[in-house]
Amino acid sequence: MSVLVYTETENGKLKKTALEVASYAKGVADMLGATVTAVTVNAESTNELSKYGVDKVLTVKNDKLGNFNAKAYADVLKQAAQKENSKVVIVSSSANAKFMAPILAINLNAGYASNVVALPESDSPFKVKRTAFTNKAFNITEISSEVKLIGLSKNAYGLKENNGAATEESFSPELNEADFSTEVTNVDKVTGKVTIADAEIVVSGGRGLKGPENWEMIEELADVLGAATACSKPVSDMGWRPHSEHVGQTGKPVAANLYVAVGISGAIQHLAGINASKVKLVINNDAEAPFFKAADYGVVGDAFEVVPQLIEKLKEFKANNA
Amino acid sequence: MKILVCISHVPDTTSKINFTDGDTKFDTNGVQFVINPNDEFGLTRAMWFKEKQGASVTVVNVGGPETEPTLRKALAIGADEAIRINATPTDGYFVAKQLAEVAKDYNLIIAGRESIDYNGGMVPGMLATLIDANYVNNCIGLEVEGETATAVREIDGGKETLKTTFPLVIGGQKGLVEESDLKIPNMRGIMMARKKTLNITEPVSGDVATKAVFFEKPAPKGAIKLISPDNLDELVDLLHNEAKVI
Repeated sequence: MSVLVYTETENGKLKKTALEVASYAKGVADMLGATVTAVTVNAESTNELSKYGVDKVLTVKNDKLGNFNAKAYADVLKQAAQKENSKVVIVSSSANAKFMAPILAINLNAGYASNVVALPESDSPFKVKRTAFTNKAFNITEISSEVKLIGLSKNAYGLKENNGAATEESFSPELNEADFSTEVTNVDKVTGKVTIADAEIVVSGGRGLKGPENWEMIEELADVLGAATACSKPVSDMGWRPHSEHVGQTGKPVAANLYVAVGISGAIQHLAGINASKVKLVINNDAEAPFFKAADYGVVGDAFEVVPQLIEKLKEFKANNA
Repeated sequence: MKILVCISHVPDTTSKINFTDGDTKFDTNGVQFVINPNDEFGLTRAMWFKEKQGASVTVVNVGGPETEPTLRKALAIGADEAIRINATPTDGYFVAKQLAEVAKDYNLIIAGRESIDYNGGMVPGMLATLIDANYVNNCIGLEVEGETATAVREIDGGKETLKTTFPLVIGGQKGLVEESDLKIPNMRGIMMARKKTLNITEPVSGDVATKAVFFEKPAPKGAIKLISPDNLDELVDLLHNEAKVI
């Protein structure tokens, strides 16, 4: 038996989340006494996977799979799971994986638990811990079907090196014409900028910044930290920043290592969306802002004075620690 | 165009989350329930199609009688009729299976990308697969022409445009319409909603693949460390040496 893991690529290169799900799959496989088989689609190189506990890589190369297609990719994984006789299948929480997983669950007749944050608590019954109520709680979910599908939360398990040797096998699943009834006609992707989904650090601005013209310092702070920029809901509702930057309950979820909130009061809906972040720093001139109760570090002060100084201090720090 | 909007009945976004019965059940005591925000964006887009292109809009929910006020609210916003599938939702698969029974009669089915309570994010995709429909998740834009739809999907770091055909299931979110487009029911809408049909159907038997057996609240947070704005060196030091995040 092998645990199957879908290791995603971006422009042919393995994503960091691919290495995280591989690490996790190894942890699950060790619990079950199983091996790990990874599936890649149009990857240039899969060498890195052997460092994270993968025993075998099924490499799929097919020009028709150049753009992500949820139905077709679910078909690929279904056939891989059947070929490998996998009873546990693991995917990430990327937008694509979350798009595909429910389709795969039905195709494999698998119970699906999304947003899982840790290794299974037990394998019989099979119980996993996942977030619910938008990070305001956890729930322990029992998966009772024979095949189990797990969506791993980003940044929940981390990378765990496990050096070994992986064999590579070319895999050519049969694709169905019906898989391609939805066609991608245009992709509009920001390049050269850290995205909220991939970022280890996110710098976010709120209404306290008074207007879109003041975002330069947020961008500069993000730049120094190698971070993505984000914003609170009112800021995106007022059109100061694009919707794609809105983080919170109805926006994007954030599970960063460090979340920096500037001029954000910390409404419960906002906190819910960013709570999965490990360390939270808040900068706000209102000492009563609810965010101070939810953060790890806080600076009570005027953002327009604190942020520029912090940028300088961080530049100094980076120069000394380069 | 026959549109079905799937409505989840969820605790209001500001609700305090607590559990009862030895942490095995969500405590609904004192909790205000609302239309799941992701579904409400979809409902509002459905109303737009009804007004601009002509469509009938049916709303559906899987739940007990206590969820009817939420369906009535959707009717007050402008949906034509409502269906309540009389069952307690157990997991996403069960809900998708119930919805599939109803959804076969519609060509556009709009659900939210996830409910804000269990955050499973699986019902629309499972439903689409069960009824063999096309499916677009994280949908932030939708245009329809005849049987063809153009959908914009949010992806990590951007968006993509997809072309597809009916029958179509949408996992919607903010962007389908703007926050400012959301409608608060007026008195006339509320009065009319009372007269609209709310059909109650019985569930089909369905196996359960997953079960939430226990809930936990996050560990209480340690006290915040406040750093003086005059001592940002200390902040940089803490982030580096203590938090180890830079």
